Amino acid sequence: MSQDTTNYDASTEFQGRATFSQKMQAVLHKYPWLSSTMVLVVASITFSFFNENFLTPSNFSLILQQVAIVGAVATGQTLIILTAGIDLSCGAIAIFSSMAMAKLVQGTPAVDGDGLSIWIAFPAGLLVGMLAGAINGLLVTKVKLPPFIVTLGTFNIFLALTLTFTKGTVPANEMPDFLLTLGHYVNLGPFRVTTGVLFMIAMYIVLAFALRYTAWGRHVYAVGDDIDAARLAGISVNRVLMSVYVVAGLTFALAAWIVIGRVTVASPNTGGDLNLDAITAVVIGGTSLFGGRGTIFGSLIGAVIVGVFRNGLTLAGVDLYFQLMAIGVLIIFAVSVDQWIRKARK
Amino acid sequence: MDQKGTQMSKAPVLQAVGVTKAYGRVIALDGADLELFPGEVLAVVGDNGAGKSTLIKCLSGAETPDEGQIILDGQEMSFKRPQDGRQAGIETVYQTLAVAPALDIASNLFLGREMRKPGPLGSVFRMLDGSGMRKAAKEHISALGIGTIQNISQAVETLSGGQRQAVAVARAAAFGQKVIILDEPTAALGVRESRQVLKLIESLRERGMPVILISHNMPQVFEVADRIQVQRLGKRAAVVTPKSHTMNDVVAIMTGAMTVDKKDQALSPLR
Repeated sequence: MSQDTTNYDASTEFQGRATFSQKMQAVLHKYPWLSSTMVLVVASITFSFFNENFLTPSNFSLILQQVAIVGAVATGQTLIILTAGIDLSCGAIAIFSSMAMAKLVQGTPAVDGDGLSIWIAFPAGLLVGMLAGAINGLLVTKVKLPPFIVTLGTFNIFLALTLTFTKGTVPANEMPDFLLTLGHYVNLGPFRVTTGVLFMIAMYIVLAFALRYTAWGRHVYAVGDDIDAARLAGISVNRVLMSVYVVAGLTFALAAWIVIGRVTVASPNTGGDLNLDAITAVVIGGTSLFGGRGTIFGSLIGAVIVGVFRNGLTLAGVDLYFQLMAIGVLIIFAVSVDQWIRKARK
Repeated sequence: MDQKGTQMSKAPVLQAVGVTKAYGRVIALDGADLELFPGEVLAVVGDNGAGKSTLIKCLSGAETPDEGQIILDGQEMSFKRPQDGRQAGIETVYQTLAVAPALDIASNLFLGREMRKPGPLGSVFRMLDGSGMRKAAKEHISALGIGTIQNISQAVETLSGGQRQAVAVARAAAFGQKVIILDEPTAALGVRESRQVLKLIESLRERGMPVILISHNMPQVFEVADRIQVQRLGKRAAVVTPKSHTMNDVVAIMTGAMTVDKKDQALSPLR
C-alpha cells in the first residue's frame, strides 16, 4: 500500500518513544483485520489441544460449509456497516428471496398450475432481494430515517410478506437442479467443500476488488467516514447509499441460493438467526459500526471465527449455552478493541 | 473601440445579484450582491451572522438561493448541489474541512474525481490508477510548498489541522478552473502555515485565478486582498480597498457605525 514510507513526518519520530500499547494501537489502526486474524489463529491452536480432530482438513471443510450462508450475508452487511448503517433485515431479505425463487418455480397448483421456468424464477428471486434493498435504501436516503429503525421495520414487513405468500408452508415439490447447485460437493486436495463455499469466497473477492480498486469503493468508505465531507467533496451521497443497499440486497438473495443448496428446500422458518449472525461476523471481523473503517475480508474471518468457536467448543465438549456466552464475549471484545483503536487517533 | 475592449475584459467572472436565502424564519441573506473580477482577490468580511458563509454556499452550489441570480461568465447558473458548482469551475475550501479522515492524502485530493487506469482495466473493470493519483497528489502538494507532508499514502487523520487544511487547499488549487473560494482558510492554522496559505493565494493571483477569501483575520485580509467586501445584516454594506480605508474603518462599516458613499466605494475592478 505504501511504497514511499522512507520519509515519515514527526509522528513516526514520536513512535520511537511510544509505549508498546501505543504501537499496538497504531498497527491495529492501520490494519483493522489484524486483531480478528490473531483471534482466529489463537483460537484454532487452543482448540486443537482439546481435540485432535479439530485441526483437520475435514473438520475445517465442515466449518466452512457451516459459515457459507452467514459469510455470504455478511458481505452485504459489511457494505452497509461501512457506510455507518446497519441492516437488521438481511436475514428476512434472504428468506424472502429464497421463498420467491422456490414458489415461482414450483407454482401454486391450486391457482395457476405449473410454476415458471427456473430462468425466470431465479432472476426474479434476485430481483426481490434487490428491490427489498432498494426499499431500505429509499427510506434511508429519501425519508432520512436511521438505518436501524428502517431495517427493524422492514425486517418485520419482509417476514410478514414471506409468511403471507407462502401461508407458512414449505414448498413440497422437488427443487430444480439449478437451485441446488451450490449444495454440490467438490474436492480441493484434502478439503471437501460445497460449491456454496466457493461461491461465497468469490463474492468476497468481487466485492473486495470493488471496495479497494474502484472509485465507488472509495466513496463507500468516504460516506461512512464523514458524510458531510463526502457531500462537499462532490460525491452523490444518496446515490452511493442507494447502490450499497441494492447491492447488499443482491448479496442477500445470492445467500438465499446457498441456503436452498444447503437445506435442499426453501422454508420460511430457516435463517431466523441470520440477521444478527451476519452483524456478529462483521463486527468480530473488525469493521467499525461507526462506519468508514474495516475490510470485507475481515468479515469472512469474523464469520469463520464464529464457526470455529461453535465447532471447537462442541468438540471440546462444552455446553451449548456456554458457546453462546463465548460468542457474546467475542462481540464485546471486538467492539472494545474498535473503540480503543479509534481513541488512538482522536 | 479600445474602450469597449477593456470593458469587455472587465466584466465580472462571478456575480451575485440580489441573492436572498432564509432558513426558516432566520433571514441569512437579504438581497446580497457580489462581483468578482478577473485575476483579483476579493475578501468578504463581516460580523457573525452577516451572511458570509451563506453567500459563499450560494456561490458554490452548496445552497440554492431563494431569490436572486448567480452569474458565472455572463451566464446565469442554477446550482442544485456542490457538484454543479465544481463542474462549472468553482472550487471551494469549506470552513469545516471537507476531507475524509480515514482515507489517505491522495484519495482525498481525488475524492469525487478519481483517475482510472488506462485501457480495459480502467474502462471495463473501473480500476483506479492508485500510483498515478499518488504521483499527481505529490506534485500538487509540493507545488504548494507545504513540505511537512512527505508520505502521500498517510491517512489524513494522522495529519495536523494545518496539514489537513493544506490538503483541502491543494485540492481546490489543483482542480479550480474559474474561481477558487476559500472560507476561513487560516482559521485553524499556525503562524507559519498561515503564511504558506497567504503565499498560495498570491501565487493563485499571479496565475490569474480569481479568489474569494472569507476571513476574520483583518491583517491577513489587508495583506492579500485587492478589494474588501463588507457584509452587514445579509447585505453588502460597502466595497473598499486596503488603500482607501483602514482596518478600523472596515470594523466600523461591519458594525454599522460608518457608511460609505457609493462613489467612494471600489465597485469596479482595480486593474
